[in-house]
Amino acid sequence: MNYQLICGAEIHVELSTKTKMFCGCVNDPFGADKPNIYTCPVCLGLPGGLPVPNKKAIEDTILLGLALNCEIPERSHFDRKHYFYPDLPKGYQISQLGEPLCVGGYVDTSFGRVRLNHIHLEEDAAKMHHAVVGGNKVSLIDFNRSSVPLVEIVSEPDIKSPEQAKEFLKNVRDIVRSLGISDCDMEKGSMRLEANISLSSDGSLPPYKVEVKNINSFRFYANAMEYEFKRQSEILDKGEIPIQETRGYRAITKSTASQRGKEGAADYRYMPDGDIPPIEISRDWVNEIKKRLPKLPGAIAADLVSAGVIESAAKIIVTNHEYLGFITELMKLDPSLLKAAANDLVNKKIDSNTSPEDYLKAKKEKAGEKITDEAILKPIIEKLIAENAPLVEQYKDGKTGVLGFFVGGVMKVTGGKADASVVSMLLTDMIK
Amino acid sequence: MTDLNKLTLIAAQDGIRTKQFSSVELTTSCLESIKKQEPALNAFTTVLAEDALDKAKLADVELKSIGLNDKATKPLLGIPLSIKDNFATKDQRTTASSKVLDNYYPPFDATVTRRLKDAGAIIVGKNNMDAWAHGSSTETSDFGATHNPWDTNTLPGGSSGGSAAAVASNEVIAAIGSETAGSIRQPASWCGVVGLKPTYGRVSRYGVAAMEATLDSPGPLTKTVSDAALLLEILAGHDPLDATTTSDPVGTYLKSLSGSIKGLKIGLPKEYFLSDAQAGINDLVKKAANKLEELGAELVEISLMDPKYSIADYTIIQRSGVSSNLSRYDGVRYGNDRSFFGSEAKRRIMLGTYALSSGFYDAYYRRAQQVRMLLRRDFDRVFGQVDLILAPTSPSTALPIGSSLNHPMFGEIADILIEGSSLAGLTGINIPVGLINGLPVGMQLVANHFKEQTILNVAYSYEQSLDWKTNIL
Repeated sequence: MNYQLICGAEIHVELSTKTKMFCGCVNDPFGADKPNIYTCPVCLGLPGGLPVPNKKAIEDTILLGLALNCEIPERSHFDRKHYFYPDLPKGYQISQLGEPLCVGGYVDTSFGRVRLNHIHLEEDAAKMHHAVVGGNKVSLIDFNRSSVPLVEIVSEPDIKSPEQAKEFLKNVRDIVRSLGISDCDMEKGSMRLEANISLSSDGSLPPYKVEVKNINSFRFYANAMEYEFKRQSEILDKGEIPIQETRGYRAITKSTASQRGKEGAADYRYMPDGDIPPIEISRDWVNEIKKRLPKLPGAIAADLVSAGVIESAAKIIVTNHEYLGFITELMKLDPSLLKAAANDLVNKKIDSNTSPEDYLKAKKEKAGEKITDEAILKPIIEKLIAENAPLVEQYKDGKTGVLGFFVGGVMKVTGGKADASVVSMLLTDMIK
Repeated sequence: MTDLNKLTLIAAQDGIRTKQFSSVELTTSCLESIKKQEPALNAFTTVLAEDALDKAKLADVELKSIGLNDKATKPLLGIPLSIKDNFATKDQRTTASSKVLDNYYPPFDATVTRRLKDAGAIIVGKNNMDAWAHGSSTETSDFGATHNPWDTNTLPGGSSGGSAAAVASNEVIAAIGSETAGSIRQPASWCGVVGLKPTYGRVSRYGVAAMEATLDSPGPLTKTVSDAALLLEILAGHDPLDATTTSDPVGTYLKSLSGSIKGLKIGLPKEYFLSDAQAGINDLVKKAANKLEELGAELVEISLMDPKYSIADYTIIQRSGVSSNLSRYDGVRYGNDRSFFGSEAKRRIMLGTYALSSGFYDAYYRRAQQVRMLLRRDFDRVFGQVDLILAPTSPSTALPIGSSLNHPMFGEIADILIEGSSLAGLTGINIPVGLINGLPVGMQLVANHFKEQTILNVAYSYEQSLDWKTNIL
């Protein structure tokens, strides 16, 4: 039987705000040189600790929502999601279910649009370390990460292939990075991926889905989809329906393995968190946040193409964090050199230590202040052509050597400052 | 000087500022009273005798540099108070009367604790309570029941029963309690003291072991209305650590206390004078209402939603909150695991877990929230007609020790007349109005959000008009 892959993505991104989501503790779990140094009664969940939401984190999430074409509702609130785990000190995670900060939205890929269900804001859990201390196996908890702001982007099941998944995830990462709200480092875990995968024989949404966790690269994501396609096809071919369960990705074998079945599925007993008043999101506030919205990778790619850069090169630039930063900066400094810079970047003629300012300076020195502006050169050439009709005739008869006369004439008029290559290009065009 | 412990807060403040006695003398007097009475009362989980005396000595030094008439600088300087044991006190044992937290020493002060300390108060100890504030008897404490000083064979009410008993027995000058629905007003009623439940959001909850996030309200238990006004001024105000506190300005409650209540409309809800209330209670409270009429207020009969609905509504909302808020005591921290929970806490966790479970949420929790909205609108409607509501605080006087055992709904029924106003987030005050068989009877005055001054004024004018202890039925 022929099946269609159907995949929905859940992407967790840790925001790089200065402080944590609900307290004033430093948000830098990766930079901390010791465990449990960035803690307080709130992120330790001590009796009486109360969450006070981080305004910057809320604004960053709304900014992301605007960048991903979401609707920003006028009201949002936080919920409690209950489960027991040693890294969750309150016995619940403060998250959002009923009224997330961003609703809907989409990300375009070359394979089609991927719609988003919503984006919500929550807090990260602490980090467990399993170690041997004094000969005993112990589990240690580091609360430096406890209550770090975490954004979850939830897509609709619109992803149809591993290639589309990769492109979608990369686009999301590039946008998040260009907003400067997270470094999206999958090694460190500041970007984490989950896939909900099922197969359909007729394109309709199947009555089951398999959740795959532990995916920490785009390639692994594609691998997981490929593996699940094979695994689920075999089950469906037998006339059975795959079990609805949570599976973990195994990088070494490029496979997935069952972690938790449906019967073990948690009932999170969501309830509104009464410690945090609902958030009223005025349109003025949204407009204020909108001002922070930079030009997004898609729009920059379009600008590059219209400046004459070929599409494949434009794509390379906007999907590379460094290139994108360079080109964005350069656009502000001197848009006339966009094409040249784009080509130099793609051809690796600019090394990573070169700043856009350095690049421009070097370019200008090389050009030696030569006149390249066609608007200045054209009238001079036109005049020379008009004044030297016999030579034009000679040129048309095949005596191309006479071009030298014209170039010399332009140089005379411009005091030698005209760019010879531009002049000869213009001449050959105009003399015909 | 003898019996300094019997002074009101205002009198103690006056005496200490005018150097009639020292903080050490006042504190010693309270500590002696505690030592003498604790075996019978058990109003404390922890007494901080040594620490209190050290702080009293320091206060006496500091008092030397404060002018005789200066009451604004550190208004509570040198005055011994006690705090309910669900408020975090830095480096001092804080148990919420549960064995789960038997050895818990918080690394921080609750905002209320900090405000009292900043005002110079001497914390002489932590008051016993129903474990986790679950109850209206203080008999569910894992450290033994507190007994009512009026008759030690009876209960003090709860959950702030330790605070109420400590004030009523003059173990302290005043005490701090917390109310979710009745936990200040009901023990105040049974112990014959003033108990003020501020509007939700008026006083910070930061550092108070949570029962239910949208209901918990810390407040004072005192010997007089003026004492309550003074303490509220110190406790109230916006707290950057509690997102639900309001930034509305805090009143000058004490200075603005006025005996004049002329023209105030007081509503008497007919549904709150229960036909099955203990004989005499409704009569004493109506007598108090007539007194207020004599003093210039206008009495208006009103109708409110039958309080029986608030029992069901409150039970679901509160149990749900409890199941969530007690999740953090998972056995990983604090030394003692979940087997240390008492049976009342276990019952509440189970009921709340059920009400929030998938498939039941809509039928219970969501429904309860909708009813809560109706309740609130009902009060809104009434406050369009009257300035405040007057009713008995409790349908009975203090019940015998043991009454709450084997009655899982004891507290909800004892607090039937209070739950509605708590769910609506309103402010209320209990003041004693008389005695039945030697046990105090309380009247509650309830007003709209942030109208603390209104109920303080009415309570004050009543208090000044007679000696309630002679009002015997």
